[in-house]
Amino acid sequence: MSTEIMSTELALLAIFLLSIFVGFEVVSKVSTTLHTPLMSGANAIHGVILVGAIIVADHSKTTLELTLSTIAIVLATINMVGGFVVTDRMLQMFKGKPKEKKQSDEAGGQNK
Amino acid sequence: MSRDMYDLIGLIAGICFILALKGLSSPKSARRGNLIGALGATIATIIVFFYANDGKALNNQPLILGAIAFGVLVGVPAARKVQMTQMPQLVALFNGVGGGAAALVAIVEYLKLGEGATAAQVVATVFTVIVGSVSFSGSIVTFLKLQELMTTRPVILPFGRQLIALSAISVLATGGWVIASGGTSPLLINALLSLVFGILFVLPVGGADVPIVISLLNAFTGLTVAASGYVLENTMLIIAGTLVGASGTILTRLMAQAMGRSLFGTLFGAFTAKASAGSDAAEARPVKSGSPDDVAILLNYAQRVVIVPGFGLAVAQAQHTVRELADLLSSKGVDVAYGIHPVAGRMPGHMNVLLAEANVPYEQLVEMEEINPTFPQTDVVLVVGANDVVNPAAKTTPGCPIYGMPILDVDKAGNVIFLKRSMRPGFAGIENELLYDAKTTLLFGDAKDSLTKVVSALKAL
Repeated sequence: MSTEIMSTELALLAIFLLSIFVGFEVVSKVSTTLHTPLMSGANAIHGVILVGAIIVADHSKTTLELTLSTIAIVLATINMVGGFVVTDRMLQMFKGKPKEKKQSDEAGGQNK
Repeated sequence: MSRDMYDLIGLIAGICFILALKGLSSPKSARRGNLIGALGATIATIIVFFYANDGKALNNQPLILGAIAFGVLVGVPAARKVQMTQMPQLVALFNGVGGGAAALVAIVEYLKLGEGATAAQVVATVFTVIVGSVSFSGSIVTFLKLQELMTTRPVILPFGRQLIALSAISVLATGGWVIASGGTSPLLINALLSLVFGILFVLPVGGADVPIVISLLNAFTGLTVAASGYVLENTMLIIAGTLVGASGTILTRLMAQAMGRSLFGTLFGAFTAKASAGSDAAEARPVKSGSPDDVAILLNYAQRVVIVPGFGLAVAQAQHTVRELADLLSSKGVDVAYGIHPVAGRMPGHMNVLLAEANVPYEQLVEMEEINPTFPQTDVVLVVGANDVVNPAAKTTPGCPIYGMPILDVDKAGNVIFLKRSMRPGFAGIENELLYDAKTTLLFGDAKDSLTKVVSALKAL
């Protein structure tokens, strides 16, 4: 029994450590122009705490628990949904400079 | 849905998040990356409904769905309607509520586990509550600063250092109290003290450094999500939270480097500045500072003027005043253009959007590659609240944090005028040699005030 618990803990630790390395690697080279959208996108991703909020709301028994978990759901949803929408809006500005746009339009036209 | 099945789909969501961050790191794939992240988050949210209560409808399901709907109704319009210039503070706000949510999740789970919580779970709970609360209140303060609902300048309370140290100690002490003896009240007291610490922690940070702090708090919130994932034994939350925590930490460092600041200097710069103000003055090299009248005369007799806007323009909300100045010069026959550095303002297109808001003609906004060859023919460059993007050290000083960053070659122009709030004492990063150059004139003060004075001086000429 105790070995089983130990292995779960170890698995969680392994996931945690490997995720750290993936997180470090994945953003090691980012151009400065993308700093804000990347921050905003990462910000939206941690909005999945919504999942945790739903889980605790499911097993909330007392009024206090239920109130707090409901607030948590609202806050997490704002973080997640709003975060992805605002990041997308930021990235719309990356459609390129007018010149590049013309070139890509031309290329697109030729393809057609 | 079985636990294995749930974890498997959770893993898919986790992979989506990795691909999202990867995509966001390159301009071509950035938008797709964000959508992949949104897909992962949607998958993760839907499957929990089929898993959390062994496949039965969740307890309190109507309330849960109602709360989600309410959150969407608040979050989406806010994200849609926000002006481009106000995006950084919206991100701060979103980050804050995320941190708050993580802290609340940990508190509720703690209430439920009660005596049954393992020591490791209690430690993770305390960590989440502390860091989540700090992230929440700290982000609210950054929001208020950027939204100009409070001063954007560093706020230095009397005994500020001691207050911060005291609140940090009390946060750690009450955290230890919870771990040692348990109980709901100590946890709530701990949360309250953490909120206070978050406020004190961000108050001394100046307006221009706030984006770095947002990024740091963002990484913090990621870690709290990972810790709540541990308490709830939810692998997807651990992956998502850790990814954000790790990538956010790297990103914070990159941002600080791009701005030529050390992270320590950003967070504690206001204090070191105060402490070392005397010694700085002793070491200070001579700079030429001018009056608004001097600046007006320089501009009035120039043939070609290039305005270089930076974050200081955004902070001072001086876009309308700068346009007034440009119009006035144009009417006097001066050739006026704006030199736009891609990184100016710390947000892609920040300067373009800001100046477009003031109806600056689009053809006056000139990209870096096009404006750089024209500087030798330019009489006066007016740098409004920018610094690193015109710092020649990026070319001349190998090893300095911004070395290699393309800059606007304003040092090639006849005269350079810097509108600056101060010489930024305590600025640990890179000196701007251009500030000490003989052809440079400094006009100290808030960008908007300074520009207004220059405009009236120009009218009087």
